[in-house]
Amino acid sequence: MSTDKVLNKVKGICKETRTKDKRIVLIVEKEKMKELAKELRDMGFDHVKSVTGIDYPQKGQMEVIYHISSYQDPELMGIIVEIRTTVDRDRPELPSLVDIWPSAEYLEREEYDLMGIIFKGHPELKRLLLPEDYEGIPPLRKDFKIPTEGIEA
Amino acid sequence: MSGEDRYIELLWGPQHPSSGHMRFIVKMDGDVVSEFYPDPGYRHVGIEKIAETKTYIQIIPLIERPAILDAANLNFVYVLALEKLLDIEAPPRAQYLRTMMAEFNRIASHLYGIGIFGIMIGSSTEFMWAFGDREIIIELMQMVGGARLTYSYMVPGGVRNDLPDGFKEKALKGLKYIERRLEDHKRIFLENAVTLSRLVGVGVIKKEEAIKLGIVGPNLRASGVRYDVRKAEPYGAYPELDFEMAVREEGDCYARLMVRIDEIKTSIYLIRQILDKMPSGPILHERFMRYLAKWKAYMERMKKIKFPPIFVSLRPPKGDSFARVECGRGEATCYIVSDGSTNPYRVRLVTPSFRNIIAFKYSMPGHRLADIPSIYGSLDYFPPGADR
Repeated sequence: MSTDKVLNKVKGICKETRTKDKRIVLIVEKEKMKELAKELRDMGFDHVKSVTGIDYPQKGQMEVIYHISSYQDPELMGIIVEIRTTVDRDRPELPSLVDIWPSAEYLEREEYDLMGIIFKGHPELKRLLLPEDYEGIPPLRKDFKIPTEGIEA
Repeated sequence: MSGEDRYIELLWGPQHPSSGHMRFIVKMDGDVVSEFYPDPGYRHVGIEKIAETKTYIQIIPLIERPAILDAANLNFVYVLALEKLLDIEAPPRAQYLRTMMAEFNRIASHLYGIGIFGIMIGSSTEFMWAFGDREIIIELMQMVGGARLTYSYMVPGGVRNDLPDGFKEKALKGLKYIERRLEDHKRIFLENAVTLSRLVGVGVIKKEEAIKLGIVGPNLRASGVRYDVRKAEPYGAYPELDFEMAVREEGDCYARLMVRIDEIKTSIYLIRQILDKMPSGPILHERFMRYLAKWKAYMERMKKIKFPPIFVSLRPPKGDSFARVECGRGEATCYIVSDGSTNPYRVRLVTPSFRNIIAFKYSMPGHRLADIPSIYGSLDYFPPGADR
């Protein structure tokens, strides 16, 4: 299956699409994420490679990106599909895709931990890398400044 | 006993003698694991956050820190992503040199993993032997990269050093030695009765399960999935090299161990091809070479490059890029977002060990307490690599 074929099947659901080499970028409303994910899964994209959150404080938004591909289909293996959606920075909530791709479990949990994005319907949305009692700004957000230690003379 | 009383909660780590810095919360029913929760994060240093404050060149030594024993491969994935942003490709000789380092590092990483695995199931000899043999590879890599573990060898557009004189002969000798030693390992460890009884049929991850969990690398291929980034999306010099993917069908601890052994043999085969086919020519992209015109004779004599001044203020155009490579432990991906300034807006690095954490949670339940080290060791999990 070529990139065009994949694109034609899901074009209707997406807000905007573009391709670069073998990377297909699909920009979608968060309400339609699950519909798109199901469609892609049925096409043969069987696992999530990475989940990325990006913070844009000036726009008051956060972007959530899923990179997915296939382990089984030799033609889809070379293709990377990128699902992008934006969430409100003050209420960063979106549906979890773990029920569609179980491989997203720890990737989503990490972004919850470090970015403060809430994936609704995730089976175990708890702290992962940070201490269990960590409070404060999630460290990967732009307004978190890395603490420095000065020299006290 | 009945109800909740029959369960004991066991905290395994983070000071476990073989695991390194990782904790498991294990719910035991007698000596059978009923629930298993990995709790990583003891080696979390925030590579992704620190990367936002560094320039693109400063990130190179930073990005290989999470898995120093597989530094060349993590270096590779970042440099590939950066080159996609800059829209350049390294010259052929640099591609071959990079691929050679990546394959050497794969052997070193597998020997390390097998050594640790050995001591986890009680074979101190295998631990010593694997670490001793790994030293050969480290010495060879030191001749090229200048350091034992963290080479920072690949830079955007090429590599830092060319091969020193007489390297090929030494490398071939070293590879021949490793090949011969694999036979010794077979005798003492791989076909040892204790090894077989502790690993065969233990910790089976079925093919469908492996795909569903999205595990990577030798662990995935030991479950019969034919996926290797070197074949799926060939990078470096791989399109021009001939090799077979190591795959096993059983999905148990022993299959995972044997896939690694097969991959060491494949890497030896690949490096021999690379040394034979090595093209001549520059080792840095011409876009950077033009800043170095007056250093040309010096660089050829010293067999290394000087950093062009533009590296200090490298500003990739606005945009994003995604790259993936096959590390020793599996697939690593890197996603970079550039806002056109000297440091990236966001760097996302997903390491193979992080993607393998999920395998603990779903493959351990149902096994006995004594099987935990077998399964842990067979997954070749590396806590600093996972925590980043």
